[in-house]
Amino acid sequence: MAKAECTPKWNTLALRNRKTCPTPEKSFQTTFTPVSKDKNSQTAGHLAGGDTQSSNGPSGQFLARESIESPSKVLLMLVAGLSFSTRLYKITEPPHVCWDETHFGKMGSYYINRTFFFDVHPPLGKMLIGLAGYMSGYDGTFPFIKPGDKYENQNYWGMRGFCATLGSFLPIFAYLIVLELSNSCTAAIIAATLLIFDTGCITISQYILLDPILMFFIMAAVLSMVKFNQSFSASWWLWLVLTGINLAGALGVKFVGLFVIILVGLNTIWDLWRLLGDMSLSLVDIAKHFLARAFALILLPLILYVTIFAVHFVVLNKSGPGDGFFSSAFQSRLIGNNLHNASMPEYLAFGSTVTIKNLRIAGGYLHSHWHLYPEGVGARQQQVTAYLHKDYNNLWVVHRQQDNNSQSGNPDLVRHGDIVRLEHKETTRNLHSHLHEAPLTKKHFQVTGYGINGTGDANDLWQVEVCGGQKGDPVKVLRSKVRFLHRATGCALYSSGKTLPKWGWEQIEVTCSPYLKETPSSQWNIEDHINPKLPNISLSVLKPNFLEILLESHIVMFRGNSGLKPKDNEMNSKPWHWPINYQGLRFSGVNATEYRVYLLGNPVVWWINLASLGLYLTMVAVASIATQRGFSLEHSLVLVRGGGLLMLGWLLHYAPFFTMGRILYFHHYFPAMLFSSMLTGTKLCWTSFLHLCVWSEAVEQTNFYLFHPLSYGMTGPLAHEPGSAMADLKWMDSWEF
Amino acid sequence: GWEMLQLPLVVTAQVDLLLVLVSLLAFWTRLSHLSYPNAVVFDEVYYGQFVSLYMKRVFFIDDSGPPLGHMILAFGAYLGGFDGNFVWNRIGAEYPSTVNVWSLRLLPALCGALCVPLGYLLTLELKFSHLSALGAAVLLLLENSLIVQSRFMLLESVLIFFVLLAFFSYLRFHNAPSSSWSRYNWLILSGVSCGAAVGVKYMGLFSYLLLLVVASLHTWKLIGDKTISHMNVCVQSVHRVLCLVVVPVLLYVFWFYVHLSFLNRSGPHDQLMSSAFQASLQGGLSRITRGQPLEVAYGSQVTLRSSVSQPIPCWLHSHKVNYPIRYDNGRGSSHQQQVTCYPFKDVNNWWIIKDPGRQQLVVDTPPRPVRHGDVIQLVHGMTSRFLNSHDVAAPMSPHTQEVSGYIDFNVSMPAQNLWRVDISNREAESEVWKTILSEVRLIHVNTSAVLKLSGVSLPDWGFRQLEVVADKLFKAHSSSLEWTVEEHRYGTSQEQKEREAELHSPTHIDVDRKISFWAKFVELQWKMLTVKQEESEHKYSSSPLEWITMETNIAYWLHSSTNAQIHLIGNPVSWGVANLSLLAYQLLAVVYLLRRRRGLKDVPDGVWDQFVCLGCVCVGGWLVNFVPFLLMDKTLFLYHYLPALCYLYLLSPALLEHAHTHLLRYAHQLQHVTHQRALCVGALAVLLSIFLTYRTFCPLTYGSPELSAHQLQGLKWRDTWDILYRRR
Repeated sequence: MAKAECTPKWNTLALRNRKTCPTPEKSFQTTFTPVSKDKNSQTAGHLAGGDTQSSNGPSGQFLARESIESPSKVLLMLVAGLSFSTRLYKITEPPHVCWDETHFGKMGSYYINRTFFFDVHPPLGKMLIGLAGYMSGYDGTFPFIKPGDKYENQNYWGMRGFCATLGSFLPIFAYLIVLELSNSCTAAIIAATLLIFDTGCITISQYILLDPILMFFIMAAVLSMVKFNQSFSASWWLWLVLTGINLAGALGVKFVGLFVIILVGLNTIWDLWRLLGDMSLSLVDIAKHFLARAFALILLPLILYVTIFAVHFVVLNKSGPGDGFFSSAFQSRLIGNNLHNASMPEYLAFGSTVTIKNLRIAGGYLHSHWHLYPEGVGARQQQVTAYLHKDYNNLWVVHRQQDNNSQSGNPDLVRHGDIVRLEHKETTRNLHSHLHEAPLTKKHFQVTGYGINGTGDANDLWQVEVCGGQKGDPVKVLRSKVRFLHRATGCALYSSGKTLPKWGWEQIEVTCSPYLKETPSSQWNIEDHINPKLPNISLSVLKPNFLEILLESHIVMFRGNSGLKPKDNEMNSKPWHWPINYQGLRFSGVNATEYRVYLLGNPVVWWINLASLGLYLTMVAVASIATQRGFSLEHSLVLVRGGGLLMLGWLLHYAPFFTMGRILYFHHYFPAMLFSSMLTGTKLCWTSFLHLCVWSEAVEQTNFYLFHPLSYGMTGPLAHEPGSAMADLKWMDSWEF
Repeated sequence: GWEMLQLPLVVTAQVDLLLVLVSLLAFWTRLSHLSYPNAVVFDEVYYGQFVSLYMKRVFFIDDSGPPLGHMILAFGAYLGGFDGNFVWNRIGAEYPSTVNVWSLRLLPALCGALCVPLGYLLTLELKFSHLSALGAAVLLLLENSLIVQSRFMLLESVLIFFVLLAFFSYLRFHNAPSSSWSRYNWLILSGVSCGAAVGVKYMGLFSYLLLLVVASLHTWKLIGDKTISHMNVCVQSVHRVLCLVVVPVLLYVFWFYVHLSFLNRSGPHDQLMSSAFQASLQGGLSRITRGQPLEVAYGSQVTLRSSVSQPIPCWLHSHKVNYPIRYDNGRGSSHQQQVTCYPFKDVNNWWIIKDPGRQQLVVDTPPRPVRHGDVIQLVHGMTSRFLNSHDVAAPMSPHTQEVSGYIDFNVSMPAQNLWRVDISNREAESEVWKTILSEVRLIHVNTSAVLKLSGVSLPDWGFRQLEVVADKLFKAHSSSLEWTVEEHRYGTSQEQKEREAELHSPTHIDVDRKISFWAKFVELQWKMLTVKQEESEHKYSSSPLEWITMETNIAYWLHSSTNAQIHLIGNPVSWGVANLSLLAYQLLAVVYLLRRRRGLKDVPDGVWDQFVCLGCVCVGGWLVNFVPFLLMDKTLFLYHYLPALCYLYLLSPALLEHAHTHLLRYAHQLQHVTHQRALCVGALAVLLSIFLTYRTFCPLTYGSPELSAHQLQGLKWRDTWDILYRRR
């Protein structure tokens, strides 16, 4: 049944493809290039339909390709022309800050000014934006305070143009990828037009955002991945290395780049598995294959990624708004920071005023403030937390067990095993712990501020222990790791790393842990140290080495990312909204009089994509059941392989968002959307619905004409008000243009 | 007939004595002294309250799992004649003599005991020897944590029982000759057990999905078998889908059907449900709303309930206090009368629906119903203020509009008190606004903002009631915009004084309103999945990675005066064996796979299939029951690991057998025998140490005998375990 229906049509289609559709990469892969293994099985699929032929592909195909190279080149030029013209059209409008330009434009300026800042994304995207701005004559002086600010006569077009240029490459890459996977010009051109005329893709490419840069690298990585397939030739190495470079680029822009790394990783594993089963290859050959991939796809991207950070840290050497997020050791690198060249007494002494920092990375300072734990959370005493910012509430005074008055003469040093009382300088309460559950980590005890002016009780006493030290060792400022053991209960002062709720000002919980294992969470060091009776010694603060900086900045970034929780009253987009184009994103303008831009996919494109996903799964199911029953469907292999790769790409770029706790936006779907468009292209032309393709193209372009104001901007009344030009286009209630 | 009588009357029975033996031991370890301790142990305090509610047939919602588990526990209680009169308020509380503790704990203990023979049978169905099966059974038998978890009114043992039963019966089906039709009984049993497993705890879903994967792999092979006709393949596939997909789904719904038909009285969780749902329960809302007029008309007196039950269910409310002129942060307000949402029944929740074109506040005869799209005014019953909104920022959500009871201060702030009725669940355009059934949005005519519950609590000046705003940028579907009429009557009093008296009087009249089972099922299921309880860390909660090495334990019970105590602590030796075999299997599988890919077949194909099947069931079972917990941010406990652990106990002896028969083959002939002997001796030694460890931990498993503090200290094998010492 299935056989009778499908095979003949697919055959003709395949033949047509072979004759008319040379792949364009031949133009620079030079003439000798035989077709790869993968390619072989695909093209061979058309001819014989099995795994056996691997010899007759190259020469015959090459001839066919040579003769009609130009049509595909023409098509490629057409795609390029269209995509550049749609992306660059009205690039300078609106002449004010739109949506997240306020962040990324600002960060571009920071690079130009070399001031240090903190962001949850890795630096490459913003570095490129800064570079583009620098090259186009932008001087970094525009403050980018809030969306809607007028640019006046700043050179902002360079940054926008750069993003739009990278965005324009997406349809071209899609064209080449689909051509490579399906060997069909029609498929490729469909995928490309889907992207060219998608209002969403246009809008997101036209502004100073990370997404066009990210998507550029993702698509480039996929393109080079599907291209390296002839072992150890020069072009194979070229594409392999390019894959690695693009992977590093994708990860360097946003952590979402991880998904494409997984895609490439899975594909590579599959590839190696296939090679392993090839008995004509010796184990040495396989080892070579493995090592080549390990180098180009693991080692090279890693080196590049680290290099990006190295450049980031070298360029940003001035103190700026990001200082507070990092440790003091880190801050000492920054010109203009108060820790840049510090001097203080070397050994901790009684009577000193100190700040105490947790040794866990981004662990925070021991902190207290004039607020009590709320009712129902342990004893209703003063809160003690860990705080990431520098603050006078981080100051503590070290006292002996009993006396409160300052001694005359040289103060005694605090030594390993001494009993101390830590008094909070601002509130004069003692650091205190008792047998109540800690607020979040219920297995630990609560730590509070207790007593007043130094009078407290026996629960205020802590024993100082220098890690790795012996009785009598002094405590070195900055360099000793110290633990504070509670005298009465035997527990150790501990920072759990959990964020307290609103009542705790979203600072970090401090507890007393009854488990005495030495971990960075229970180790502290003395950082600022003020004692007028002791001589100050210039301490070159232990300069952190590069790897420490790298690790610290990553941990801070991850904290920041998971800290982006949806707030009340803020609009929160759900992942299931995205593929159905349920709700867009307002880029600019709210009122009728303003110039409005609304990020929304071209509904026809998106709904076709959605339908094609379902159709693809059905087709694969039917085809594989038929094959399993022994019908030979020659082309199902191509359908499953090429389409499977794109399907996997879509899934990898979409499914993880369902498990994410952070705040999500509509634009997170765009990388996945690229994959689903390519899948549509690949698939539509394996079905025999060619006339359907043509029709859908026509509808899509009419639609593009209808919806283009969303991207290029609109003014006038809102769509739900009478008299709006867009009123008829409000097909879903949830669209808010 | 003579021939018949001449034949001897013979019964031939084959009894697997090993199976009988382990079963007896299992019953002995699980069921002896079941009613000790005679006190509430750990989560009994949690499940107990639901058992009580079942006995009293009072409706409740428990988001921790579907109702079958609770029903099984309640059935046990019913058998023991429990009347539901016990307050489950703290762990360690003594049961009174009227409560039959033995019967409360009987069913979980039975299930727990049956897991042991099931483990034995399952290993046989995986095509390993009786010796392996015995090994698996012994591992399950002597696992202290499984014993503890079985002996109390808890659900894990029931879950494990159904999961093992599902796999056993599926494999029984699969291994039976394809000609026998009786094997489909096994398939049906498998489907039923799957339905039961998912019905006991959502966690059963993981094992169910795994079983589906295994079954589809087998079906896939079946489809590829070209010796079978197309028709036959179709029929067989359909059978499998029916038994393994349709049956469990139907059963799952059936548990809810039983649950809902049992629990027909209103109770503490009513308020989380919609008004229509509440009206279907005896007592509670239905007593109030019985016989209310259905159609809301001009002049109706109504209370409007917000459709969201988060943070708390509440009714549109107003009272004779105005918004403060200036808020704490310096912003100004309209200083008009407050409109809030109030979570309690109150006479100030009454509103009167008024036709803007007419003055009167009573219902005409015949009543003129309000329809979708009509414009109305809402008059607050007790203060006669009109519900109003205007372009003033709301107190807590400044991006939205304030909603007030309009007071004319003569400050050029005109009344904007027209609201359009938008029935969002309408079936026709001119649908009438119905009590309880219609979900209505009130759209402010002047600004087209929608009346909305913002969910934020007002500060002290608003008596901590919930803020109500009008929001312009509404999403298409958000239940915070929707309101239903709950209490309703036709107003008859012209005068304000009379009207106030009328509002104070209770509503009455008699008609019963039913909603269908499906509507109730969908609503209940949705609520169970979305009701969010404040998750906080528990003293004994743990993270999944701690389970593998058993870094953590749970203290279940401590005697009120002595050191006798019960802990959830596994058998550390078996635990180690389990981890070791997991690791060994994975290593072995990787080596086999790579070598087979290069054409080197270490074991014959039949053995390889057996090895793969073992991995699919046991390692797969461990993975699906463990990995998902890494992604959850729920409060998790050690007992969540027990199902995964059971799979590993099935794996260990089977893997040992595999090594014994197939791996040692490669050794030199002479060494071969010595190796095999060494392996046997090693296995025996491990079994012995497992038994000894079991004995060692018995006092913490059964809660007797009491140990001295010193002995307890000796049992603290890990620093991170919390073992309690009573100070004397």
